[in-house]
Amino acid sequence: MALLSVENLSAYYRTEIYGISRTVRAVDGVSFELKPNEIYGVAGESSCGKTTLIKVISGNLKPPLKVNSGSVSYHFGIHAVDMLHISQEELRRDLRWKEISYVMQGSMSVLNPVRKIIRTFEDIVDTHEGIPDKKRFFEQVREHVNRLGLPSEVLTSYPHQLSGGMRQRVAIALATVFHPRLIIADEPTTALDVVVQRGVLQMIKDIQAMSNNTVLLVTHDMAVHANVADRVMIMYAGRIAEEAPTEIIFNAPLHPYTQHLIHSLPMIGERSNKVSLRGAPPNLANPPTGCRFHERCPYVMDICRTEVPELVTVQDGHRVACHLVKENPL
Amino acid sequence: MSAADKLLDVQHVTVEFHIGGLVGGSLLVAVNDVSFSLDMDQPEIFTLAGESGSGKTTLSRLLLRDLEPTRGKVLFEGRDLATVRNRSEFKEFMKKVQPVFQNPFETFSPLRRVDAYLFDTALNFEMAPDHQTAARVVEEALRNVGLSLEEVSNRYPHELSGGQIQRVSVARALISQPKLILADEPVSMVDASLRMEIVNLFRKLRDEQRVSVIYITHDLATAYYISDRIGIMLRGFIIESGPVEDVLDRPLHPYTQLLKESVPEPAPKERESWAKHISLGTTEVKEYSRAGCKFAGRCPHVMEICRVVDPPDVQVERRTVKCYLYTEHAEPAAAGIQP
Repeated sequence: MALLSVENLSAYYRTEIYGISRTVRAVDGVSFELKPNEIYGVAGESSCGKTTLIKVISGNLKPPLKVNSGSVSYHFGIHAVDMLHISQEELRRDLRWKEISYVMQGSMSVLNPVRKIIRTFEDIVDTHEGIPDKKRFFEQVREHVNRLGLPSEVLTSYPHQLSGGMRQRVAIALATVFHPRLIIADEPTTALDVVVQRGVLQMIKDIQAMSNNTVLLVTHDMAVHANVADRVMIMYAGRIAEEAPTEIIFNAPLHPYTQHLIHSLPMIGERSNKVSLRGAPPNLANPPTGCRFHERCPYVMDICRTEVPELVTVQDGHRVACHLVKENPL
Repeated sequence: MSAADKLLDVQHVTVEFHIGGLVGGSLLVAVNDVSFSLDMDQPEIFTLAGESGSGKTTLSRLLLRDLEPTRGKVLFEGRDLATVRNRSEFKEFMKKVQPVFQNPFETFSPLRRVDAYLFDTALNFEMAPDHQTAARVVEEALRNVGLSLEEVSNRYPHELSGGQIQRVSVARALISQPKLILADEPVSMVDASLRMEIVNLFRKLRDEQRVSVIYITHDLATAYYISDRIGIMLRGFIIESGPVEDVLDRPLHPYTQLLKESVPEPAPKERESWAKHISLGTTEVKEYSRAGCKFAGRCPHVMEICRVVDPPDVQVERRTVKCYLYTEHAEPAAAGIQP
């Protein structure tokens, strides 16, 4: 059974200033599932709806963001949770940190700058489970941190004493202290150097392999997905363009946008000419009609300008939203 | 090649910063004995690559004369930048060396129309006597980046896409007809689908406008794609430099090897080897203050001498490597690690 099922989800930002209302359709008709024990990658450019999607599935709904339609349901064992109708209290008490945890880009903002790392661990564990035996708790935290390959010294350091990569790994250690079933990692390595990025991603992979949980990895960097994710979803302008196992996304992409993303990546050892797509990603306050990619698509047809392409399954686990594929099935 | 044939000649430049209070504190050597030069007649794209804290940006500030070196000299067209003192001389220098910055949305004020910057630059550098003539100069610069005055006039930064506004930023740099453009991470804030148009633009400028470009980046893949030569920086030193195919196809310095290996390849075929474990430094400052080679703490081939004395620059075919593995007495060891 799927860990998370998202069905036909639409989430819009609605603002009304001086009587002028504006709707930004950041996530529009998105359906997908997360399975237990996998790393699921979400890729897309800035303002394609990646972050909004995460906000909704982690229950972080604050105005002006509103869910227009659809459902988000989790299955933690026998325990089912409807994320869109859960109270904030239940969410905080039962789910955050324990079942769903979140790793974000700037780890500095997670760690309290005036407290040692071990105190931050204490704060989090104390609010969620309470600490009956301090000595045992320290021992457990040390074990946890060592198992993830971090030296025990980090626990007695202040955040500013650690390097950026080490801080990000501490943030990941914090996020996994309760062994959550879902770890949401939003651009976890974007601000880091390549060598450090590699270390942090290795750690995420190790944790996943150790505890067989699910990691939702969101990043715009396709090379990271190629090396880390099991399945990848490509978002464009608030919709799913394509979803497939990583091998298929990279070796046999069907959507013209995915094809462009893959083929335009420069690689060391290869200098063939790479080009950019014409135009720019659309403004989601006023998205194009039909397929949202049609203005930039090299294979645009008449139907693309008027009709929204459905997300169809072309093969087991490979879904594409493109009229070209619908007209010429494999 | 004599000094007169060089557009830019950086000679043994060192920049030191004093960190800490009045008493005590420590010395941070941000740029350490760096030398390189660009040819006058043969425009090229020279990449300075390295991780954060490697000294790339300090070096670029030096080249823009935003900072003076503690030791060493920077010569532009044979003239020592330290002797450029008065305003008019500095203006002449700025005309020839122009920067392009990382985030185009920060380069331009959100409250000002972008074309105003182009006209200001044209008038300030006296490229045109009045607004009307300036329009021609601006139009020409915009054409070189694939835009037109019509597309950008009366537009505010938020009305343009990231790719477009970065091109405007390059156009602004082109107005004074510079000989050298210094681009500090010009594509890292630009969306993936628009990134290559900016990268290709630098190539076009080199070939058609004969402008040299110093491309500062941490992204080895785009560096490989556009540059002619590359210098890899580590903790203030250029540790390996030479033609980009040599350096990145067959890196010699163990640090360059690690760096290249760590770049995730955008193809799922190398997943297993990429996931092989690497060791990371725990804290930031340690490597700066280390004696000898800054990489000694992480190097798999470290020798006794590496921890004591800075390694010399060794010439290996067309490139320079700062590593004891390639000095004469260590020849056999060097042969052993050739990838």
